[in-house]
Amino acid sequence: MSKTKDILLEPIASNNPIALQILGICSALAVTTSMKVAFVMCLALTIVSAFSNLFVSLIRHHIPNSIRIIVQMTIIASMVIMVDQVLKAVAYDISKQLSVFVGLIITNCIVMGRCEAFAMKNPPLPSFFDGIGNGLGYSVILMLLAFIRELFGAGKIWGVQVLPVSTEGGWYIANGMMLMPPSAFFLIGLFIWALRVWKTEQVEKPDFKITANSRKSEVA
Amino acid sequence: MEHYLSLLVRSIFIDNIALSLFLGMCTFIAVSKKVNAAIGLGIAVIVVQTITVPVNYLLMNYLLADGALAWAGLPDVNLSFLVYLCFIGVIAALVQILEMVLDKYVPALYSALGVFLPLITVNCAILGGSLLMAERGYGFTESVVYGIGSGTSWALAIAVLAGIREKLKYSDIPEGLQGLGIVFITVGLISLGFMSFGGIDL
Repeated sequence: MSKTKDILLEPIASNNPIALQILGICSALAVTTSMKVAFVMCLALTIVSAFSNLFVSLIRHHIPNSIRIIVQMTIIASMVIMVDQVLKAVAYDISKQLSVFVGLIITNCIVMGRCEAFAMKNPPLPSFFDGIGNGLGYSVILMLLAFIRELFGAGKIWGVQVLPVSTEGGWYIANGMMLMPPSAFFLIGLFIWALRVWKTEQVEKPDFKITANSRKSEVA
Repeated sequence: MEHYLSLLVRSIFIDNIALSLFLGMCTFIAVSKKVNAAIGLGIAVIVVQTITVPVNYLLMNYLLADGALAWAGLPDVNLSFLVYLCFIGVIAALVQILEMVLDKYVPALYSALGVFLPLITVNCAILGGSLLMAERGYGFTESVVYGIGSGTSWALAIAVLAGIREKLKYSDIPEGLQGLGIVFITVGLISLGFMSFGGIDL
């Protein structure tokens, strides 16, 4: 039981797919201007990741090694098609806003990476939980980003006006920068910094060590 | 002609596929440590993108879209839900064919591109380019131009980032930002620079 818990919770902070494994960043940046859209994206990715892990794991003994990538890709693409069709049926507006990014879950490295690294070697149930865990790790970062960008960019949380913006007679001058692409990069960079201050074992070693000033005149 | 030229400029600078649409980010971050590798991958992406976008255009308009099978006497068939599966299949197959052709006829280029060719299958810039082409409803010539433009934009962005990263390794960076963190902030600054093209009205 505790192993299941580990598999489920480890990707959230100590082995986060976005911040540490650098997987699946594209969509993390693109769909985070509003929380609602980001939430749907998280849900979609977690479902696809969990079920494709499960199915890959179920047939892992029957997949010839040389064509395993294609087999995984087909399974993932089929899952994505199902999710996309459901989204178009029940939440058409949001699926329009997500535009190509639902389709891009196929090439999202988290899904592919977990199938290859975990599901090919483990039984179905742990694989399923691993998929959910990595989906959650991805969701945590996505929702945090979306929260910050929506709150400061548009003064809203979950589509509800919290800070009345000046264009509609309120006091808050919306920071339009937050809705632009560069802010997403800055925020992820800062997140990684914060995470690594907390979990210091994730810090990368510099390629070159800068030596302290060695001449006597430079040393105060 | 002018229309195509403005589409090309727009897709390279203003709608930069890496910096404003965030496509192909994983490879973008992972392979930008060395300028040579980055340029090799960039060229591979341009080649693959230029081929796959028009091929996917043909596939979509003559097989998959609503009523596209009219030429085969099946005007009521709509296979557009198969778009994802077919696009990724076409990309994987084309990359494989390209690899074999290059190996046979242009071994120098093949060994230069090396490991990057297979990597391209899972690069979302390629699939994203095709999906965007489908969503924006480009025509055939437009899709060729868009393929070249979006491939070039990605190659340009990764070459710029690799150049900066090569210099960056000599700088004194705060501990937690070392590596991945500072790369993101650099990309943010590049993207800010590219935003200045946004005001250009073509």
